[in-house]
Amino acid sequence: MAATDSGTPGGSFRIGMLLTDTRYRSYTIQIFVLFCLMLSVAWLLDNTVRNLQALGKDFSFVFLWSPAGYDINQMPIDYSSQMTHGRAALLGLLNTMILAVLSCALATVLGVLAGVARLSNNWVVARLMTIYVEMFRNIPLLVWILIFGAIMTEAVPAPSAFRGDDATASMLFDAVAVTNRGIYIPEPLFTRDLGHVFLGSSETFGAFHLSITWSLFLLIVIASVLANRALIRHATRVQNATGNRPKTWWKSILILIGPAALYLAALGLHWGYPELRGFNFQGGIHLRNSFMAMWLGLGIYTGAFIAEIVRAGILAISRGQTEAAFALGLQPGKTMRLVILPQALRVIVPPLISQYLNITKNTSLGLAVGYMDLRSTLGGITINQTGRELEGMMLMMLTYLVLSLVISSLMNAYNARVKLKER
Amino acid sequence: MSETNAPTVRYVRDAMLPPQRPPVSQIGAARWLRENLFDGWISTILTVVAAAVTVWLAMKIAPWLIHSVWNANSLAECRQIVTEAGGASGACWAVIRVNINQLIYGFYPSDLYWRPNLAFVLMVVAAAPILFQGLPRKMLWFSVLFPFIGFWLIWGGSVWVPVLVVVGLGLALGAVTMASATTSTLVSVASGLMIFWMIFGDPLSFALDIVGLVLGLPTLSLGIGWLWGFVPYPSIGIEAVALNPVIGGGAVRDILPVFGPAVAQLDQLMPVALQSVPSRDFGGFLISLVIGVTAISMSLPLGILLALGRQSDMPLIKGVSVVFIEVVRGVPLITLLFTASILLNYFLPPGTNFDLILRVIIMTTLFASAYMAEVIRGGLAALPRGQYEAADSLGLDYWKAMRLIIMPQALKISIPGIVNTFIGLFKDTTLVSFVGIFDPIGRANAIRANSDWQGVYWELFIFIGAIFFIFCFGMSRYSMYLERRLKTDHR
Repeated sequence: MAATDSGTPGGSFRIGMLLTDTRYRSYTIQIFVLFCLMLSVAWLLDNTVRNLQALGKDFSFVFLWSPAGYDINQMPIDYSSQMTHGRAALLGLLNTMILAVLSCALATVLGVLAGVARLSNNWVVARLMTIYVEMFRNIPLLVWILIFGAIMTEAVPAPSAFRGDDATASMLFDAVAVTNRGIYIPEPLFTRDLGHVFLGSSETFGAFHLSITWSLFLLIVIASVLANRALIRHATRVQNATGNRPKTWWKSILILIGPAALYLAALGLHWGYPELRGFNFQGGIHLRNSFMAMWLGLGIYTGAFIAEIVRAGILAISRGQTEAAFALGLQPGKTMRLVILPQALRVIVPPLISQYLNITKNTSLGLAVGYMDLRSTLGGITINQTGRELEGMMLMMLTYLVLSLVISSLMNAYNARVKLKER
Repeated sequence: MSETNAPTVRYVRDAMLPPQRPPVSQIGAARWLRENLFDGWISTILTVVAAAVTVWLAMKIAPWLIHSVWNANSLAECRQIVTEAGGASGACWAVIRVNINQLIYGFYPSDLYWRPNLAFVLMVVAAAPILFQGLPRKMLWFSVLFPFIGFWLIWGGSVWVPVLVVVGLGLALGAVTMASATTSTLVSVASGLMIFWMIFGDPLSFALDIVGLVLGLPTLSLGIGWLWGFVPYPSIGIEAVALNPVIGGGAVRDILPVFGPAVAQLDQLMPVALQSVPSRDFGGFLISLVIGVTAISMSLPLGILLALGRQSDMPLIKGVSVVFIEVVRGVPLITLLFTASILLNYFLPPGTNFDLILRVIIMTTLFASAYMAEVIRGGLAALPRGQYEAADSLGLDYWKAMRLIIMPQALKISIPGIVNTFIGLFKDTTLVSFVGIFDPIGRANAIRANSDWQGVYWELFIFIGAIFFIFCFGMSRYSMYLERRLKTDHR
């Protein structure tokens, strides 16, 4: 608000000043707005209560504890139709998150590659990337998801095509089978599996188990990364003190790969390949068509947007920075890595955050190809079965909201770290 | 040159040497190839790979396109024609040809196609003076009237509905203009609204409602009390709120009680009407455009208001704007559309049931306006503080400062973001197929479910994608043109 002081300071208050004096008018406006707000909230609540009464429904979340009675085709954790609606909703949420994370990864890789390639001097590559970006940015995501869904179901061979001596289709590297019922990839198996530890159980969400094998693996990887970081810091210290940087690359590789490889070998890691048994492939990890359509659709579509963000970020760095780096004698690769990228990141990260948020929200399009995400479980079948539209929708919107807020706060924290520190 | 040689050199060139031709590798195609395709080995590899991929794709697609079939009545017939012509696979464009009307108009009565067509042409005419500066400014009057004409052409019904609304709005606007000469902007807008209501509403019942409202305040606080004690309901709260005539929805049900009878009267005096078309018959690109254009044109003013609200000094206004923007941006559009289709009946007075398309338009507008608000907030934040101070020092009041100084600059900065939001919104209209509206995607799914065309997908998706591409690409090119036109700095 323009802070124009038109009244005489210290003048006596008249009731008309509530409308004419800018010092008091904001109170009038706010009280009026508050009044309208309370009125509309009360009106909505009252309508809801009366509608619920008319339908003979109450407002409760008890349905979360009752058996779901439907199957979910992608199960990152144990689930059966006897488990509760709460567990089903949790599975939906996990599927949403799996899809979101993998799509973000795919979109980032594609986006960075395409964004850099669009700026390349190479005419063919730059043109191709322009076509990619414009095609995907200007055609709705839903169309792309349906196209990928159609490709996955109708343009690839059926499992029966893999059978017999005159098979018309063959597996890639004898390990990956691309069929119209989904893609089968090898799965890691252990001869000496360490089993699971029981984490706890709740009435709503069911029991939770944690795989000891994989948790230990994760811990080892984290430890190696930390150790490697210490090694590099040490090398930098030596360089600062003596001017010579000790060679670290082979130590790094050893530290990063060695312990994890030893651990996996000790547990007897081997691969479970998919095999054609009966009418379908068995074994291996089954990536369903719905998942593949969503993943490719979301990843490639958002990749086009990220490409534009990356391109704009790189273009935003003035030419003088590159020239200064060349004047210092840096090679083009190092110029990019040490001078351009750190500055470009500051421009890139904020819009990148909103793209990640978009991906998370767009996972709800899974409905189009039958991907069992939060919207399909809690916001779809559960609502249809229990007739709890109000509660189910509220819970689902709240979950999406929390998810969005968490992602944006995490990314904003990262943004604050890479931001230019101005004093 | 050494001294011993100096006297012996007697030769000084007195004519310019003719310029030599540059080396072959530095001119024409050779140089272009070298710089743009084979500049170093990485570039060479990329070129070769990219060219190989392109050629491979072209080899795959070309036979399919060459064997296109335009005249057939089912996919089987298409395939037969392709095989007879000796091709392995061919595009079956016949599916578009047969279903073109469904894809564009849905179930709109076929003898009335001229109405949406005319509305589309008029829309282009109405949009032209807004989009391009060179056209006569008088055309803007038509742009102002177009929403009402378009509404009447597409939905049909009595001509008096839009006419009365235009008259009412005109009178209200006149009141605003007259009042704004003497009082502040806010008061004049409020008086305009009052006049609009007094024309179409029922002033007496409105006054009674106000009395009921004041008397109802204690019950209102009970209602809020009920909010705190969420479950289980204190029964007194429900009854008290439900008994109150105002909060119980009386005011809104009779929001414009004079309007209907007035239209009926005029219809008797002079019946001018088009055959009315229920909006459940709309479909295809017609519905995408109706939803898209309405939501686009409404989300910009709403977004500006929200952005100003978020920048406001008043904590309550700011808080309401922030909560609205963040909540709407935090949930997927699909959930909002489902709210519109299945939950809205809970929030409205019992027995209310209004058009699904209208509900969807409202939800998409709200959704887009939250994004728009963030884009415009960026533009507002990018303006130097001095602009605000300059406006203040000229003695302009808030709305004048915003309208004359801040907004023109802030909107100019945010053009790319605004157009991106428009494009996103237009693409998002495809999501309405999830709530049972037969937009192009919904129609395509229905066609694919038809036994004649089962198995067709590329042709339909290419057609739909191409039309969306034309609209969206056009919009993005226009935004570039606008940015160039409005550029006032000299760089």
